[in-house]
Amino acid sequence: MSKIIITTGNYSAAYAAKAAKVDVVAAYPITPQTSIIEKISEFIERGEMKAEYIRVESEHSAMAACIGASVAGARAFTATSAHGLTLMHEMLHWASATRAPIVMAVVNRAMGPPWNIWSDHVDSLSQRDTGWMQFYAESNQEIFDTIIQAYRVAEDPEVKMPAMICSDAFILSHTSQPLEVLSEEEVEDFLPPYEPPFDITDVDHPVTHGNIVWPEPRGDASVGYMEFRYLMHQALLNAKRKIKEVTKEFEKKFGRNHGDLIEKYKVDDAEVAIVSMGALAAQAKYVVDLMREEGYRVGAIKLRVFRPFPDEEIREVAKRLKALVVADRNISYGYKGISATEIESALYQLEKRPIILNFIMGIGGRDVKPEDQRKMIEAAFNIIETGQLEKEAEWYGLVR
Amino acid sequence: MQSNTSILKKIPPTPLSKPAKGAMGKTGTWRTLKPVIDLNKCTKCGLCWLYCPEATITFTKEEGPKIDYVYCKGCGICAEECPAKAIEMVREF
Repeated sequence: MSKIIITTGNYSAAYAAKAAKVDVVAAYPITPQTSIIEKISEFIERGEMKAEYIRVESEHSAMAACIGASVAGARAFTATSAHGLTLMHEMLHWASATRAPIVMAVVNRAMGPPWNIWSDHVDSLSQRDTGWMQFYAESNQEIFDTIIQAYRVAEDPEVKMPAMICSDAFILSHTSQPLEVLSEEEVEDFLPPYEPPFDITDVDHPVTHGNIVWPEPRGDASVGYMEFRYLMHQALLNAKRKIKEVTKEFEKKFGRNHGDLIEKYKVDDAEVAIVSMGALAAQAKYVVDLMREEGYRVGAIKLRVFRPFPDEEIREVAKRLKALVVADRNISYGYKGISATEIESALYQLEKRPIILNFIMGIGGRDVKPEDQRKMIEAAFNIIETGQLEKEAEWYGLVR
Repeated sequence: MQSNTSILKKIPPTPLSKPAKGAMGKTGTWRTLKPVIDLNKCTKCGLCWLYCPEATITFTKEEGPKIDYVYCKGCGICAEECPAKAIEMVREF
């Protein structure tokens, strides 16, 4: 039976790893992620979780250990933040190209210097092209549910790619909310034990993974390097379909739906919508409710999955809008917000495109209040009236 | 999407290779220094055979170690590990 407790975002991730009956956890502590792996070691120490915890000397090794475990047939889990995640970068490529369905909790934290431990999405968005699926959660319950869903998608034979579940430092990681903890029995019904594609533990028939592959087919190899990259791309495109199926099945079984690739909130008759990732997507819905009472035709879109990117899904909503506010808790130096560039690229195919206002906000954990999101939305309504877009990307709340 | 007869449907998701002698070609040509065993000094302890990362040394208690120069890359680990200092690295070029 499931039970409802009050707990933090980090403990929610730990409870999810336990409910998913993870076999191997290899991790290294880093603020603000540390309490995830502390809680997991507590579970293991108490005998409540039958997993092997591998202590390592760095995040690079943590991911290497997870890859080894995953290839050997174990369900592997790790967690990290910011500098830990970026130290893992090489191994992130290695994990996806090994087609190891590892699931990792990432607590988004700003990159130093200067040191800052608060929320900022640059750490995970910098891993965009590693082949990892990226989910962004808005609540502790969504962290828990998405970790369970992510294993289902990642381990699917048509996907076999790793996934990271991102959540905002402190806003979720250290904030308590009610959480329904699904029991291991309930979860096992939804998430059967992992079956690896190969048995590498068969010592009578040894194989090597990831040995050299040439630019062109050569010798015994009927294909070259490029074909393996194409298969990875196809796998992430398959994941788009699987995420939709899995979230639907999850809702049917457990009664909760946090959106699939995106979550649409009151967008059907909206003129303006605000796009957010992570915890601010929850607050955006609250702002939409307040403004709707005043007669504003406004909606909200939560970018729940950043890779694979929901291009068609965003196009479908955006084609009916007059303006789209894209709130980015990140900056791609020398250009603009990272999700804004992705959304603009997706909308280019539309004949009639909404105006896009990109706000760079909340960098390094700077507080973004409901009235701030309201001002961003109001700016969009003003631009619809005047037709004047002065700046494509505006730094919101900057001290000048 | 590729057709069902496509080769992309038949290959594994990640390249697999099975161990085979000389799978990477005649790696002996990579060598600049060649390990030469002085069988008079050799105590037939077998450590060189154990340490060789490329498995190019065969060993029997009776005959001692024998190096396959077609594949030995000349890394020098055997010479470094030999407790009897019976292996000398000789420049080839």
